[in-house]
Amino acid sequence: MKRSVLASIALAGAGAGAGAAVARRFRAGAEAGAGALRWHVVTVLRAPEEVLVDGTPPQPLADLGDAVEVRVQPAPGDRGTELAVRMRPSAPPPRDGQDPRRVLRTALRESKQLLEAGSVLRVDPRPAGRRKATPTGALLDAVVRRAPGEGAL
Amino acid sequence: MRALCWNGVNDLRVETVPDPQILNDHDVILRIRLSTACGSDLHLVGGYVPFARSGDVLGHEFLGEVVEVGSAVRRHRVGDRVVVNSFIACGSCWYCTQQEYTLCDNSNPNPGITETTWGQSIGGCFGYTHATGGFAGSHAEYVRVPFADVGAFPVPEGLSDTAALFASDAAPTGWMGAELGGVRPGDVVAVWGAGGVGQMAARAAILLGAERVVVIDRLPERLGQARDRIGADVLDYTATDVVGELRELSGGRGPDVCIEAVGMEAHTPGLQHAYDKVKQQLFLQTDRPSAVREAVMACRKGGSVFVLGVFAALVDKFPLGAVMNKGLTLRGAQQHGQRWTPMLLERIAAGELPTEHLATHVMPLEQAPEGFRLFKEKEDGCVRAVFDPSR
Repeated sequence: MKRSVLASIALAGAGAGAGAAVARRFRAGAEAGAGALRWHVVTVLRAPEEVLVDGTPPQPLADLGDAVEVRVQPAPGDRGTELAVRMRPSAPPPRDGQDPRRVLRTALRESKQLLEAGSVLRVDPRPAGRRKATPTGALLDAVVRRAPGEGAL
Repeated sequence: MRALCWNGVNDLRVETVPDPQILNDHDVILRIRLSTACGSDLHLVGGYVPFARSGDVLGHEFLGEVVEVGSAVRRHRVGDRVVVNSFIACGSCWYCTQQEYTLCDNSNPNPGITETTWGQSIGGCFGYTHATGGFAGSHAEYVRVPFADVGAFPVPEGLSDTAALFASDAAPTGWMGAELGGVRPGDVVAVWGAGGVGQMAARAAILLGAERVVVIDRLPERLGQARDRIGADVLDYTATDVVGELRELSGGRGPDVCIEAVGMEAHTPGLQHAYDKVKQQLFLQTDRPSAVREAVMACRKGGSVFVLGVFAALVDKFPLGAVMNKGLTLRGAQQHGQRWTPMLLERIAAGELPTEHLATHVMPLEQAPEGFRLFKEKEDGCVRAVFDPSR
């Protein structure tokens, strides 16, 4: 077997390994559903009255209704407002079976984008060539699908 | 349209793909005039940066003509010739207001990947895997540019496309290494890597008043450019003891500022290289950091080391003891180009910052796979392969 082919296999393995590590972290996150009860917080470079207008949070959080608690407080150092959200202990789980933390993270990130940038950044549809059906490709597709709601937030 | 797509490790093909569309009001669509291969593309092509998907359009350093504008765009019109920074930034979050544009909170639609890998998410980037948003890149006939009022800059009249192209990435990256590395008048500065970014860092150090700038590489054509076009001293690391030479060239002190412009695929003579390659291929480290190690060891006490080269995740045998005990400042970043590109375009136009010589191989987009091969193998004196879709 050619050296370059061996190298390709090894490197593809490295990529798959890294992707799998992120996928494992994502899965571990999904299993730790109790984490939704803690506060998830972003800092928004806007004044508190722009973040909570007449007591109403931005639309992505407002859409979660009574299932969540929302609070705001001024951020130190002229950094705007800390916007926090958590699931109420009595809230039913999301209907589509999603990890509630993913729902919260996505709503928080979209709220911040709306407040700071005016819209939620889209990326699809995008130009792309043929997406080969490979195990590593399927793994990456799964990671990307969940990425907007995953992470350390 | 035609575009260069990644199809797997070292497998690049020019394919017909859908045209980009305006998706947000702040977008513009550019017709690409020139797009250059960057050394960091090679990490991706070679499979060292995970999160690339077959079919992804590559390219992040480019210049083009505006052909369509979103309704919220204020600074650009159809027909404008603009150069665009490789990282996408909203211009409105706290990081953007601090001019740390690549740390933008709002430009990466896949924040979960980099938050999981690095603890925090960074901004989005054109053509640089799904970890930085999965945006289609610029080695294509057209590209969508989000937040165009923030990241696209008009090219001064009279400045050639080839000269202005490098104000997209190489020039601001190099400038950042020198400025944020803290270069001051009278300093001795060492730069590892004589590619486009290393040369720009060396010239920036000279413009910021460095007394002596030394560029380190092994490729004669690149060292020749650094010496003759940039005005730096040069060292061939295969022919000399770099740390000893730098000590001698700096009066026994060591360089005040050390700028690493090599990245995760560093080469070095001897056992260290073999060690790093074996560990990388056994997945015991993701990156080969030999140039950073050498920069840390060479740097004077209390000096500064700036990491410009791209690294993915983990390295082994890093001399942290030297960083701590010598009182070094260690810093790195992706390039906050929006901060410097207008100034750099003026300097390029004024002849202070030569860039055109970097474009050693200008070729049609259809020949991009061959251009990448020349660039990767460093054949035919290739410093940068530049793709022109109109050819």
